[in-house]
Amino acid sequence: MLAYIVRRLLYAIPILIGVNLITFALFFVVNTPDDMARMQLGVKRVTPEAIEKWKAERGYDKPLFVNPAVSGLSTVTDTIFFQKSARMFAGDFGRAEDGRDIAREIGLRMGPSLAIALPTFLLGLFVTVTFALTLAFFRATAFDFWGVVLCVAMMSISGLFYIIGGQFLIAKMFRLVPISGFGDGLDAWRFLVLPVAIGVISGVGASTRWYRTIFLEEVGKDYVRTARAKGLPETLVFFRHVLKNALIPILTGVVVVIPLLFMGSLLTESFFGIPGLGSYTIDAINAQDFSVVRSMVFIGSVLYIVGLILTDISYTVVDPRIRFE
Amino acid sequence: MLTVTGLRLGFQAGRSTLAAVDGVSFAISRGETFALLGESGCGKSVTAQGIMRLLPAAGRVLGGSVRLDGSELLALPEAEMRSFRGGRMAMIFQEPATSLNPVLTVGRQIGEVLERHLGLAGAAARERMVELLRQVGIADPERRLDEYPFQLSGGMKQRVMIAIALAGEPDLLIADEPTTALDVTVQAQILDLLAQLQRERGMGMLLITHDLGVVARMAHRIGVMYAGELVEVAGREEFFGAPRHPYTQALFAALPDVSRRGQRLVTIPGQVPALAAMPAGCRFADRCPHVMAVCRERAPAWRVAGEGHALRCHWQGGGQAEQFAGHAVSELDLDSGRPFLAVADLKVHFPIRRGLLQRTVGHVRAVDGVSLAVSAGRTLALVGESGCGKTTVGKALLQLVPPTAGSVRLGETELAGLKGRRLRAARRHMQMVFQDPFSSLNPRLRVGEIIAEGIAALRVDAGGDPAAVVQALLAQVGLPADAAARYPHEFSGGQRQRIAIARALAVQPELLICDEPTSALDVSVQAQILNLLKNLQAELGVAYLFITHNFAVVEYLAHDVAVMYLGRIVERGRAEEVLQSPHHPYTQVLLSAVPAPRLDANVQPVRLAGETPSPADPPSGCHFHPRCPKAQALCRERYPETTELSATHAVACHFPG
Amino acid sequence: MTGFQVVVLWSDILVWLLVASGIGLGVLVARSPPLLAAWRRVGASRTGMASATVLFAFIAVGLLDSLHYRVALDGKPGQKVQYGVEVLSVLDALAAPLRTRNEKTYSEPFATRLYAKETMDVPGAGAVRDYPRLKHGGKHLGEREDEVAADAGFTALRGAALAFAVWLGLAGIAAALAGGGTAAVDGPGWQRIWRGDAGFAWDAVLLTLLLMLLIAVPLFWLSGQYHVFGTDKVGQDVLYQVLKSVRTALIIGLVTTLVMLPVAVLLGIVAGYFRGWVDDVIQYLYTVLNSIPGVLLIAAAVLMMQVVIDTHPQWFSTAAERADLRLLALCLILGVTSWTGLCRLLRGETLKLRELEYIQAAQAFGVSSWRIILRHILPNVMHIVIIALVMDFSGLVLAEAVLSYVGIGVDPTMTSFGTMINNARMELGREPVVWWSLAAAFSAMFILVLAANLFADAVRDAFDPRAA
Repeated sequence: MLAYIVRRLLYAIPILIGVNLITFALFFVVNTPDDMARMQLGVKRVTPEAIEKWKAERGYDKPLFVNPAVSGLSTVTDTIFFQKSARMFAGDFGRAEDGRDIAREIGLRMGPSLAIALPTFLLGLFVTVTFALTLAFFRATAFDFWGVVLCVAMMSISGLFYIIGGQFLIAKMFRLVPISGFGDGLDAWRFLVLPVAIGVISGVGASTRWYRTIFLEEVGKDYVRTARAKGLPETLVFFRHVLKNALIPILTGVVVVIPLLFMGSLLTESFFGIPGLGSYTIDAINAQDFSVVRSMVFIGSVLYIVGLILTDISYTVVDPRIRFE
Repeated sequence: MLTVTGLRLGFQAGRSTLAAVDGVSFAISRGETFALLGESGCGKSVTAQGIMRLLPAAGRVLGGSVRLDGSELLALPEAEMRSFRGGRMAMIFQEPATSLNPVLTVGRQIGEVLERHLGLAGAAARERMVELLRQVGIADPERRLDEYPFQLSGGMKQRVMIAIALAGEPDLLIADEPTTALDVTVQAQILDLLAQLQRERGMGMLLITHDLGVVARMAHRIGVMYAGELVEVAGREEFFGAPRHPYTQALFAALPDVSRRGQRLVTIPGQVPALAAMPAGCRFADRCPHVMAVCRERAPAWRVAGEGHALRCHWQGGGQAEQFAGHAVSELDLDSGRPFLAVADLKVHFPIRRGLLQRTVGHVRAVDGVSLAVSAGRTLALVGESGCGKTTVGKALLQLVPPTAGSVRLGETELAGLKGRRLRAARRHMQMVFQDPFSSLNPRLRVGEIIAEGIAALRVDAGGDPAAVVQALLAQVGLPADAAARYPHEFSGGQRQRIAIARALAVQPELLICDEPTSALDVSVQAQILNLLKNLQAELGVAYLFITHNFAVVEYLAHDVAVMYLGRIVERGRAEEVLQSPHHPYTQVLLSAVPAPRLDANVQPVRLAGETPSPADPPSGCHFHPRCPKAQALCRERYPETTELSATHAVACHFPG
Repeated sequence: MTGFQVVVLWSDILVWLLVASGIGLGVLVARSPPLLAAWRRVGASRTGMASATVLFAFIAVGLLDSLHYRVALDGKPGQKVQYGVEVLSVLDALAAPLRTRNEKTYSEPFATRLYAKETMDVPGAGAVRDYPRLKHGGKHLGEREDEVAADAGFTALRGAALAFAVWLGLAGIAAALAGGGTAAVDGPGWQRIWRGDAGFAWDAVLLTLLLMLLIAVPLFWLSGQYHVFGTDKVGQDVLYQVLKSVRTALIIGLVTTLVMLPVAVLLGIVAGYFRGWVDDVIQYLYTVLNSIPGVLLIAAAVLMMQVVIDTHPQWFSTAAERADLRLLALCLILGVTSWTGLCRLLRGETLKLRELEYIQAAQAFGVSSWRIILRHILPNVMHIVIIALVMDFSGLVLAEAVLSYVGIGVDPTMTSFGTMINNARMELGREPVVWWSLAAAFSAMFILVLAANLFADAVRDAFDPRAA
């Protein structure tokens, strides 16, 4: 099993390199640094000097891959690729347009992101699994039918609506909680309640339907018939037999997103003014801050790959067939 | 003890309900085994599920009564029914592989029955579980309790299923095709176990099966089901001695057997009527050789034909009818002659990759040095249990699986390693008929396109218009001409197998590799396909490599036999030699493990312990030694040389005989 | 009538290409009984057909909006004809009153006055701060501004009556069609529809149609006199914006799939069929693409695309062309990020299929690999492709709104549900609140997505082999 995990870890390396190359190609090959400078400085009135100055300030004045101007190892290291892309592996993301260190900023903003994303994730998982289990338990009844109708309706509503509507109704009309903002310490809960609730509700439709399908698939299997033939009550059949088997696909589909919780949610954070990584990304996109976007792409990929590895590990935990191999 | 009266069960289909079981009545007393016999779709499994009230979601109980010692089961509230289920009545299912919960330990799965019905928990329960596992013949039960189903072999899983069923100390055991998914040697073990447990505990047993051999081995009384109705009920002597219903008689007559060699098997024409279109009269009328006008008007009532022997039939005729004797097929008494396909030391190894770098740490030796020869116009049967590599041999011959080593010579051409156009040219001479008639035809192509595919791909000059060729082929395999424009799903299993045979014949091969072509079919349909294969051999002189586990088919069809065990051939020879005087202990065991559909079947068969080991890690020396009754020190050390017993008969055993 | 010049935008080409391939697919389906049977099952599903009717209405709007032209400017005779910079569509022409009758700024639905007070010079009273009268909304009422409810109600009633008459005609045609089919069941067509015996869910179609007509006809009648959904910040009619958004949503939902479909199908099947190093390469490719969180990859790609567009203004002759190309680029980017899911599904299915005996039979005949893929594998994974196609649609429509909100969606000048929401959400902070733009956009999107989801369910049920 250890060998299995180590192998998955090793497999992550070429993937990260691939991600790195793609982002590099996207940011420096599709457009030259000159284009970016022109864009940032305004397309119309821009002098070549200004472009050069802009590039030099940000270290974009070097060649892409090979720098013939310097000797030794520096021919490779003193290039845009090495300085801007390869060094991300070491956690060096450079500076944002406003001159702040991106790595530091990311460290600061992870906390608030997690404060929203983690409760949303856990509560959402609990609510949807419970709901789906209930629907599957009462399968082929009116309750199941209307439950599915509700799910389809809920998943047809735009996520923006949940946020805007929730903010409007709860925060503005009834003034139960602040519309937006973030606080430290215990006071933070007032700011968290609404975004978490909205995050949970907006995910209910699609997830519940998916989990319900998984449960129903398990219910149709032979071992469930065996369990019934033992004279077990239906609740026990569900909680002991069906749930445990259905957890395998559910858990493994869910584990992969856990590391990504650090990234926060773009929409929720920007609507509720939460100083997390999601709003950081949005701000960077709106300000066309390429360094920050590039860093976030890289971090996101790293977290996703961590999620993949965690998924593999979680397989070995929940599925004895893999654990013993 | 159990009395079923007028049980009617149906399935909801849209707005209507179709009756799958229509008025079935029988009774089982303590210590008795009642066998429900019938072909697929006759409603025997539904009956069992109905008795347990475990019908699938669309199933409905339409009427009748099921009484267990006086309690009406169909009227019980669900909560009370649960104390019967798993307690006083227990059930074993067909597929041990899927019937156990894959993520719970064996102990947990047995334990919940003890907890539910006997209130046992903790150490007492564990003690009882160990005892149960020991009773069902599982070695080292303490360790097995903490294992998961995937760590057990197929036979052991079925033993665990039996242990689960026994845990509630039932009075009635319902076994739904308990051995159909198992190999013959394992089947024999399980049947022995069931018979022994029943004797010890005095349980009543309802045995659902399609296999007359299993019936002869196990049943005290037999009920034959056809199209949702019981048509004949008889004690075992009466049943095997003088079956009265034409359907029962046809079932016996359709069985391939050595005594019927050279004869056509009796087939039952037509198909079981669909649930939605049941005839008002006798349901068998359309397929019955003795049909009379009254049969189509009135459903026959029960008629007593002897002590405990009753049937539903208007026909008053006696025992085995003369029509069933069958017609002789001209047996091509071909000389073994010069083989045109010669396989020498064929090996197919699949690498096992493990560890950090996925290095090859070993090989699954699926085929490990097989040599055989097929001569024109003859049938070589390759016999063995599942996992012995017989199918892989077939695929390796066609180069569908690249052989690791060895040679496959077709005439003068060496096939191994051949590529491109030359391989295609060679493939013309050999074709394959597959096991599963449902997955061997592309559902999206018309039958005509399916049959013509080979002609186009191999650019065979079939002589004239492809459409005409397809028509001729369809006629040859006994299908109507309009079949060409239809899609596979419109045909039954037997008809699909005919299409598959026509497809293979389209390129005029000299050798047809038949991979268990009848194992997915009912007995009566199997007879049709076997007849067809015999006819084609007589007409076209095509040779067969017949891959099978069914000895009855081998006895009926084969000229030569090769027995495989763990990737190697342990015995080969002419059919008479191998079947009449087997010299390898494995062949002997295999032959005696097959339950014969006769009462005089060998009473004290040789039984084999354990199950086939993994081909990834075959035992040292002779592969068979851990299970062999005659094994000695030498067998553990060295793989035996092949001993020639006659010009044609050879056996790989240190102590043949 | 002034002259005009037909303008063919790139997205128009793709839209009509989609229509053509849809018809082509229909012909193909009609010739393949198994597929036809599956579509018949879709046809028999009530929810499926009801949602399909709604979708058809949306598609009709989208198609009308995909025939573009430029109007000739009035010039002196003999001069070379000049065409206006504004690219219009047939829909614009049909909805000309909606398009041209702009107010100054916000006005509520059915309002006769603006939403904000202005300082006006009233003759005789000097400068007064009041809600100014709308230029177009309720103009026909003149001074009788308090009769809006009565007038609108009466017009709506007339519209409903007309709608019902139209519906009766359509129902008659449907009854004739249902009756004209195979006469397996007796009774005239309308009876069979009523009993649900027609084999096609005519009852659901007709009911949906009635509902749609009852809403749409009065709405359009009224929209000639009022701003039924109000007006937005620059005084544009919200109903008009909703209609224009439909095309954007449809293009995002359909063209994206069209872009990624060939790649996903080819790579998925090839990976599953050939296995070995081909499989390794393709798996590596989609794992890498999958690793980058979708939104971020889209953000990065859109940012880069913006740079390209902004630094090459000379490529586009009109603003519409630029917006159009940006829309297509967005489709392309969404396609690149979304093919991996389908590819993985197809790879898995092909791995299963290639072990099936009919594939081995074909291999035993020496049928070439590409022919096996084309004849045996592709038709047998088609149901997965169709299911994925309809399932993805709704997700993409929803995604457009989010992306446009984040600022990485369609061109801000292009009307879409996303840009409508984005423009309107700022006004939620106003007192009193401007709600109608949001409400209209969300409702229209909800109806479209709900219909798509229900249709997708019906298609999945009909095509899933396990259900059959």
